[in-house]
Amino acid sequence: MSMDRTSLKTTALGVLHSIAPEVETDAIEPARPLRHQVDLDSMDWLNFLIGLHQRLGVNIPEADYAQLVTLDNVLDYLQAKLAAAGD
Amino acid sequence: MIPFKLPSLGADMEQGKLLQWHVKPGDAVQRGQVVAVVDTSKAAVDVEIWEAGLIHELRVQPGETVPVGAVLATLLAPGEAAPAEVPAQAAATPAVAVAEPVAAAAPVVALAAATRPAVSPSARRRAKELGIDAEGLRGSGAQGAVTLADVEAAAAQRSAAAAPVDRAQAMRRAIAAAMSRSKREIPHYYLSETIPMARALAWLQQHNEGLAITERILPAVLQLKAVGLALQRVPQLNGFYRNDAFEPATAVHTGVAIALRGGGLVAPALHAVGSKPLAQLMRELADLVQRARAGSLRSSEMSDPTITVTNLGDQGVEAVFGVIYPPQVALVGFGSVAVRPWVDGGELRAVPLLTASLAADHRVTDGHQGALFLAELRDLLQQPEQLAAGADGKETKA
Repeated sequence: MSMDRTSLKTTALGVLHSIAPEVETDAIEPARPLRHQVDLDSMDWLNFLIGLHQRLGVNIPEADYAQLVTLDNVLDYLQAKLAAAGD
Repeated sequence: MIPFKLPSLGADMEQGKLLQWHVKPGDAVQRGQVVAVVDTSKAAVDVEIWEAGLIHELRVQPGETVPVGAVLATLLAPGEAAPAEVPAQAAATPAVAVAEPVAAAAPVVALAAATRPAVSPSARRRAKELGIDAEGLRGSGAQGAVTLADVEAAAAQRSAAAAPVDRAQAMRRAIAAAMSRSKREIPHYYLSETIPMARALAWLQQHNEGLAITERILPAVLQLKAVGLALQRVPQLNGFYRNDAFEPATAVHTGVAIALRGGGLVAPALHAVGSKPLAQLMRELADLVQRARAGSLRSSEMSDPTITVTNLGDQGVEAVFGVIYPPQVALVGFGSVAVRPWVDGGELRAVPLLTASLAADHRVTDGHQGALFLAELRDLLQQPEQLAAGADGKETKA
């Protein structure tokens, strides 16, 4: 499945919104650590990744969690994974 | 005839507002079935019934606020025949609310709804329009007659039930009441222990490696399991202090402190923590957190935690020393897991460390037992395989 960055971002923010409905997703700065901007505990974070996995079919091994800090990181990671799966 | 009473859904609850019935007279109910939704100022709770039978009469109507112990409905036992209609005066007697011993703070109030009040014609008309049972209301007119104003007030109250500002304020008050009572009545003592987490985390990483993301286990689950097993060995920390005496609990139901979005917290129970496999605990914890935030907890989860566990590690604090939730007698706190210098076998290493704390009731235990518990907890977290095994930690002598 191929997906441009804008729709990927919409999807990711949609998942985030379902977990933290109070967050104004427009205000999220993509280069700052997500968990500094949104009050997410480890269960929320896991649910965020599960949501991405379920909507996009991307497998996210636990060893990769450390790479996923900012929204940009998440989008880069998802794009790379989706591109690899599309080959 | 079996009375179905409003249970105490936590030490800070004195009354509850019935939001909704899931049953009607004539319905058969099973043990454990959710029959009503009650608002406790902290959350809307699905209230379960613990007797099987046939619903005879609903005594409290949606929108009404009643004290803990009030009879919400009556139930016919299997095989029991419905009693003949009795005059209103006589029916008033069984409807008097009897507070459970648990709810010492709750004032005992007779239920006004027991006698059917007179309803003015305009009130009856308006009530019908609004879908309100006028006869279930408390009347302010002559001889307790329900007036138009009463109906309007009930309608306003019903729509205000979900107002978020009220909810936040009510929750603040409920927490204030419970925590003030705790600090007033419970002589707390506090202990803490630094626990090396390298083994537990390495084991968990390996465990999670081959698993789908939906099957992976969080470190918090290992901690909860360790608490459950350690309490089997130091049971004096697990139970309630009531009527000047400690009542040990037979199983470990850990209340899990869950912060709610928008403020406040609830601490519903994860049941029989020491005897469940990690995968099951993880599923149940995820479900509990999700339902706590969605406001759909069950009455048994609110009423029976035997100890509370709070984990503030995700916020990056090193340690938390909690306030015991009465009538419980202990609270376990976990800080964050952080890599710090640690001396092991004479060598300085960088090791992930966790600070575990215990706040306990000095009326029930002394520091010695508390120290045994934390030592047990530390040792269990060095043997993650044993945590995965299940309930068999019981036989190992401390």
